[in-house]
Amino acid sequence: MASTVYGTCRCVMTAGTAFRQAGLSTFYHHTNFTSKFLSRQVTSSAPSIPHVCIVGSGPAGFYTAQHILKNHKEVQVDMIEKLPVPFGLVRFGVAPDHPEVKNCINQFTKTAQNERFGFIGNTTVGNDVSIAELKESYDAIILSYGAEDDRVLDIEGETLHGSYSARSFVGWYNGLPEDQDLKPDLSSDTAVIIGHGNVALDIARILLTPISILKHTDIAQHALEALEESKVKTVYLVGRRGPLQVAFTIKELREMTKLPDCKAILDPNDFHGLAAEIPNIPRPRKRLTELMLKTATEPPTTKETLTNKRWGLKFLRSPVKVIPSGDGKQVAGIQLAVNKLQKSGDYVKAIATDEIEELKCGLLLRSIGYKSRPIESSIPFDLQNGVIPNSGGKVSGCKGFYCSGWVRRGPTGVILNTMNDGFETGKALVDDINNGVLDISQSTSKGREKLLALLDKKGLVPVTFSDWQRIDELEKIRGEALGKPREKFVTVMEMLEAAFD
Amino acid sequence: MALLMRRIGLRHIYGVLRTTSASTLKTENETCTDCLRGRRTQFPVYQARRSFKIQSGPLRHGDYEWQDPKSEIEVVNITYIDKNGNRTPIRGKVGDNAMYLAHRYDVPVEGACEASLACCTCHVVVDDKSFDELPEIEEMEEDMLDMAPFLTPTSRLSCQIILTKELEGMELQLPKATRNFYVDGHVPQPH
Repeated sequence: MASTVYGTCRCVMTAGTAFRQAGLSTFYHHTNFTSKFLSRQVTSSAPSIPHVCIVGSGPAGFYTAQHILKNHKEVQVDMIEKLPVPFGLVRFGVAPDHPEVKNCINQFTKTAQNERFGFIGNTTVGNDVSIAELKESYDAIILSYGAEDDRVLDIEGETLHGSYSARSFVGWYNGLPEDQDLKPDLSSDTAVIIGHGNVALDIARILLTPISILKHTDIAQHALEALEESKVKTVYLVGRRGPLQVAFTIKELREMTKLPDCKAILDPNDFHGLAAEIPNIPRPRKRLTELMLKTATEPPTTKETLTNKRWGLKFLRSPVKVIPSGDGKQVAGIQLAVNKLQKSGDYVKAIATDEIEELKCGLLLRSIGYKSRPIESSIPFDLQNGVIPNSGGKVSGCKGFYCSGWVRRGPTGVILNTMNDGFETGKALVDDINNGVLDISQSTSKGREKLLALLDKKGLVPVTFSDWQRIDELEKIRGEALGKPREKFVTVMEMLEAAFD
Repeated sequence: MALLMRRIGLRHIYGVLRTTSASTLKTENETCTDCLRGRRTQFPVYQARRSFKIQSGPLRHGDYEWQDPKSEIEVVNITYIDKNGNRTPIRGKVGDNAMYLAHRYDVPVEGACEASLACCTCHVVVDDKSFDELPEIEEMEEDMLDMAPFLTPTSRLSCQIILTKELEGMELQLPKATRNFYVDGHVPQPH
């Protein structure tokens, strides 16, 4: 068991100077780390064994890994993740009150425990290790790093206080380290969410769900405390097209209609003429439209809700500009253009008319889609569509590179879609290996050993899957004390402390 | 235990330097100048817990389906047919969950959400006769089926099918694909 000091350790730098001040040598977690890796050394002595590396540990990465491990009995799979914790949007995107959607984590954990799999967390591709360096260690690289950015409205006032992206708001209540300091302003009584997708509905639901329910979920504690003080009572979801073009799905809409102590304020006029069209609509959309219609046309109950909470859908409205407050610093409302619909082949477009409307609000959230970023200039990227150009998961013009998940097909769809996508990319890779299309390096120094040696030389300490399991255990213990399934660590420093103790 | 003690020990060394929010880990903020022993008066006992919810049927994680039928009385024979037409006859028993049976016998049914009605990856097409014997479908299952491609009038989620004697001879056909990348039903053109 090595006990040499490894020099400046990134772990120490990330954790701040506290560690150094304590006079602790950094070797403690190093010994932990090296002995862990040495003891579970996987021999890759046969040079012909392919080693592949997956960038990103969300559902795309894990389903791709699952497929590869199942369909090829020798491939070694490593997964690189920039955070110390895995699972991507399953951890940071799925709403806290949807724990059953997170059950797929059990399958991911099984995959991670395969002896041909290695998790390398707290390692950023492009920063800690370059694509070129990865290419030297692996026969194939699969990019499944998802979509880190979001689309902007590009309107005046979008950056005023009170205006946030849905992505950061979700990251805030789900404990994503980069969004912890968002401190959204929840002091006004009306929130407007631009967008008619499931993310928009998730946010509306979190804003309007009673705290008594939220406090037993794994929502980040600081978000729970902020929501306890929230004054938001009315939430509007504004979309530029009509009821037949909504992007959300029926399960999430139904949850809105069943929100305790909350009234739906849909305008029946928005659904004019739809009742006649419904029989012709194909099933996925049909029941959804029926539910919206029913919610909009149900006779209003005479009983007012105790808390006066309400939610509504506004159709055929596009944001034109934010209306600022008197001092020009905060969101006070939003100006909306009224649209009409125009069929354009299969697609229905929204065309702005001259009519303008205003909606008062103090909280504005744009939920109009996520967006991927190019990872490095050496990898082709389609900036217009925000995806890596590919064919069946194989990156165009880049041998040995594959992609899966949102970075491949765009940031839409649920875990099911990503699962299929991940399986397809996995299959493309396995086929390429079996058909001799992929060049397998005959070097005896490759794969995990080589990458870890490289990271070691740079003074970087990755997080292993067992380190994550320690973090996981501690989160659950913390949660137990608060009556929650877990209390997430919300900063990288806390995660590393928990991992390395 | 050693791991626990080591963890406590280090927490104490770090205790001076950590700034944890007041609402969590209250015992951690105390400045430690004492020795390691006896400092923590309340350390919650950790119990492994899965966050798991099943909407209908008994709470089982597939263990029950791994038990063979104890007698002929409880046997229910069903057959899975995969998308290529390969048949897998299964000798199940009353109370078995059709999806977990598929898992036991290596029929390729995914079951991503582990029978909690949060996905449609266990979508199967039931033969007409058995379909009529199944209990009425509930709203939540319908909502998930909305997202399944290649839906038919006798489609169900296999995780909601619990075997009874009336289902003897049931045939469950796996759909052509559970793959559909587009939530609105659009099928991409092959390229």
